[in-house]
Amino acid sequence: MVREVSESCMDSLLTEIVSSYCNRFYANKPELAARRIEAIGYQVGHQLSERYTMERPRFSDHLEAIKFICKDFWSELFKKQIDNLKTNHRGTFVLQDNKFRWLSRMSGDPSMELSNAAQDPSAMPENKTAQATGMHLYFPCGIIRGALSTLGIPCAVSADISNLPACSFVVRIKV
Amino acid sequence: MAPAVPRSGDAIFANVERVNSELFTLTYGAIVRQLLTDLEEVEEVNKQLDQMGYNIGIRLIDEFLAKSNVTRCVNFRETAEVIAKVGFKMFLGVTATVTNWDSEGTSCSLILEDNPLVDFVELPETCQGLYYCNILSGVVRGALEMVSMKTEITWVRDMLRGDDAFELQVKLLKQVPEEYPYKDDE
Repeated sequence: MVREVSESCMDSLLTEIVSSYCNRFYANKPELAARRIEAIGYQVGHQLSERYTMERPRFSDHLEAIKFICKDFWSELFKKQIDNLKTNHRGTFVLQDNKFRWLSRMSGDPSMELSNAAQDPSAMPENKTAQATGMHLYFPCGIIRGALSTLGIPCAVSADISNLPACSFVVRIKV
Repeated sequence: MAPAVPRSGDAIFANVERVNSELFTLTYGAIVRQLLTDLEEVEEVNKQLDQMGYNIGIRLIDEFLAKSNVTRCVNFRETAEVIAKVGFKMFLGVTATVTNWDSEGTSCSLILEDNPLVDFVELPETCQGLYYCNILSGVVRGALEMVSMKTEITWVRDMLRGDDAFELQVKLLKQVPEEYPYKDDE
């Protein structure tokens, strides 16, 4: 049987990572806080993908590895698969989760504020909700990057939440 | 007479949303690792883990009260039992045992033999002095403070340091009287 803990435990940790790094350790340096939060995610992704691929044959190409992230890996983490996968066939993949679990508990109305922020990036720093949401997303971005790097695919990962509650992770493979 | 206090958190745990504990355990491990890198001093890491736990505890108590239907405990003994049997179970899926009471009934130990935080964990030589699970003591302290109990919590035994179980000593320092009347408009 798979060992489980209450989802609140995971939510609480995630909230505390973000608030510790953004409000205590690097209060005035959001870029540094973001990098640390991403690094924690990277470590988690690295270890999880090692565990989940132990008994698998090597992936034959990038697409196979990405599909593994979308299906098996995502299911282990969120009990659902990525809903939509797109690629430009030149090393960019967009993984869309139509209802991303780690955003569903955020308070405020991030969709409204974020769409404003998207139009006017200079408004970002004053927009606390949008900023906090952005900070939360460095963690899953790090997880995906860590998982793919472990599978031999160095990449950059960013998140796009212009269609909340959907969240798209954009993976750009480095060549 | 209605059973005032649930004796176990099994039913609550079965009904809450749950996640794969590997994700939780590895995330916690990654946090500790990153804190060790960023803060350098083991003492400071202990302090920050406790602070994170405290912040979590002061929020988690609401969820605990809402989901457990626990009413006011008659004394600290009952409080300790509820934490061990209901609180730990409902969040971490494991129960603790309560023991080592002092004669006044204000200090006891919570013993955890199974602790999901430390699955896969081994401490390297350089981390002597680290209280790896310090977040847990912070959670308990924070949660109790929100229900008017000031406590001091210390690790007596730690499996990562070679002991046979985790033992948290919980000492009730004082019970802060609640202030009435509450202001309704806040």
